[in-house]
Amino acid sequence: MDLFEHQAKRLLADYGIATPVGETARTADKAGQIARRLGASTYVVKAQVLAGDRKKAGGIRFASTPGEVETASAQLIGSTLVTSQTGEAGAPVEAVHIEEAVKVAQNLYIAITVDKRSGRIVMLASKSGGEDIEARAGKEASLIERLDLTLAGQKLEGDLEGLAARIVPNEPLRTGLATLMRNLAAAFVGLDATQVEINPLAVTVDGQLVALDAKMTLDDNALFRRPELDALRGASKSPADPSELEAQAHQINYLRLDGDIGLVVNGAGLALVTHDLVVDAGGRPANFMDIRTTATSLDIAHGFGLILKNPAVRAVYVNVHGGGMQRCDTIAEGMGIAMRRSGRRVPIVIRMAGNNAAFAATVLKNNGIDYIDADDMAEGAAAAVAAARREAA
Amino acid sequence: MAILVTPETKVMCQGLTGRAATFHCGRMLSYGTQLVAGVVPGKGGRTHLDLPVYNTVAEAKEATGASASLVFVPPEHAAAAMIEGIEAELDLLVCVTERIPVLDMVRVRQALAGSKTKLVGPNSQGILAPGIGQLGVMTTVDARRGGIGIASRSASLTSEVVLQTTRAGLGQSTTVGVGGDPVHGLSLKDTVELFLNDADTSGIIVIGEIGGTDEQDVADLIKSRKPKKPVVALIAGRHAPPERRMGHAGALATQGAGTAADKIKALEQAGVLIAPDAAHVGAAMREALM
Repeated sequence: MDLFEHQAKRLLADYGIATPVGETARTADKAGQIARRLGASTYVVKAQVLAGDRKKAGGIRFASTPGEVETASAQLIGSTLVTSQTGEAGAPVEAVHIEEAVKVAQNLYIAITVDKRSGRIVMLASKSGGEDIEARAGKEASLIERLDLTLAGQKLEGDLEGLAARIVPNEPLRTGLATLMRNLAAAFVGLDATQVEINPLAVTVDGQLVALDAKMTLDDNALFRRPELDALRGASKSPADPSELEAQAHQINYLRLDGDIGLVVNGAGLALVTHDLVVDAGGRPANFMDIRTTATSLDIAHGFGLILKNPAVRAVYVNVHGGGMQRCDTIAEGMGIAMRRSGRRVPIVIRMAGNNAAFAATVLKNNGIDYIDADDMAEGAAAAVAAARREAA
Repeated sequence: MAILVTPETKVMCQGLTGRAATFHCGRMLSYGTQLVAGVVPGKGGRTHLDLPVYNTVAEAKEATGASASLVFVPPEHAAAAMIEGIEAELDLLVCVTERIPVLDMVRVRQALAGSKTKLVGPNSQGILAPGIGQLGVMTTVDARRGGIGIASRSASLTSEVVLQTTRAGLGQSTTVGVGGDPVHGLSLKDTVELFLNDADTSGIIVIGEIGGTDEQDVADLIKSRKPKKPVVALIAGRHAPPERRMGHAGALATQGAGTAADKIKALEQAGVLIAPDAAHVGAAMREALM
């Protein structure tokens, strides 16, 4: 679960990490009120989206009066922000975070993440934080200091003093940074985070360490032991297509895309290659679908129903490999139920293999489903693309 | 011979009495796997699926000589179960459990360091050695004993490539699913290395996908070992839209963005053959072996 900046900052503040004074607004009017209450000489208006690189995309604005805060907020709220990290579709801005601007002497970088390669937790730090850190580190690897940490009970251990000294050699900043690192490590374990990043971590002109930004990802799989954080889930969800959430409740990963070929697939890897094959054949998928092994025929009926409800769909490609748990006939049965409920006629290409593939063909026939049979999944993709073209003509 | 398991390997199942474990262990027994015991704390002394159940891994190992365990324990307790298996000095753990917290897996990896145990998974379909046995939840309908070793990040694509290699008349020595979790046991590279050293494996298929750097590590291994046996790779997600990202820490920690293009390039440069698409992996291997 990715958290918005304002959520992450509130959690970090609980662990003793200083953040600028600020509040979040969903309307320009409210943003103006916040600014008047803050009474600062300079304000920062920050678009709340779940992606980085906002500044270059215009998602972070400076203002010197509450009126300017209101104007900037009105421009940002309701807009779509496209940054280098959002993808082309961008991210809708639903709220802005208003803060008093901080006078910065130096920008640092600090993060804790899981290094998938070593399976260890690693702290990353740099004396040169801020924009473009990834590109700059690509050219100059020594920009980033690394420290492997070890989990001992609920504590993350490592030579934080040594790391802090490599970033800021002089006291009292050095001890201050080591303390901040220890607090950040405590937050990482205490919140079951998989990533915490403060970029930039400002050294202010009066020598304080202040987290100007915060990016945090919590482990969805650990929420069972952090019930108080589960409440953030609703608040942090990007306004996704409601059908995606509906599918989730039915053991199906579903993502709406902008093409015209509906895809019904079990398994994430098979779903990825089915998407690849349809694009290879010159088609455009209408969705990504991965039916989980735990889905029942009624769940599958629901997922198939979402595709039949999508008016852009001109053909459906069912590419299923029956596994030890999710057999082909369960999926065929679910399709039968959805077809009966929907009544919509659309060309269907089916490629089934694996557990109970032959039996599934009988189930499809008993349900009166007309379909084009494919033996190989590239052939199936080509047949689905051809069927969609015929429908479009 | 296969990798990781032999016809003599005796297996226990931690969490044997659960519903899914009962179903899959029944299938494993009918496939001929030497499943000899169950471990369920508090249920020691019972029998389940005609197998003796013990309270601890150490008791089960002592009583039956089992050296491998299939971990079928819910996510809240899975890490503790794996650490118990590591401390009991089992040779092999296979964990199929999904949704284990990442920090728990970091603890498991710390326990694995310096131990004699190899871990496959979690969130893995397991290991299948046709004709020898099955430690996992995969279908076996299309599997045939043969010479192809399959190292995979995807359960569904493993079954698919098993079917293709059987149709191509090649069969499989062993299939290993390394699991879909960010922190896991045996890596894709570790698995390929075992296949390189296995005399009965004549060709290796690597099934990778977007994200992470596992495939780059395989490329580095192949580059340095320059094996005589052909290595074919399938990378899933060539046309997947780029993922939304949050910040830079992930990329800075692993020094790689994990795109399909990056992986394909690294593997090609190492001399790995790239399957043109997912439908032609078996055919690509047959051609490479000719």
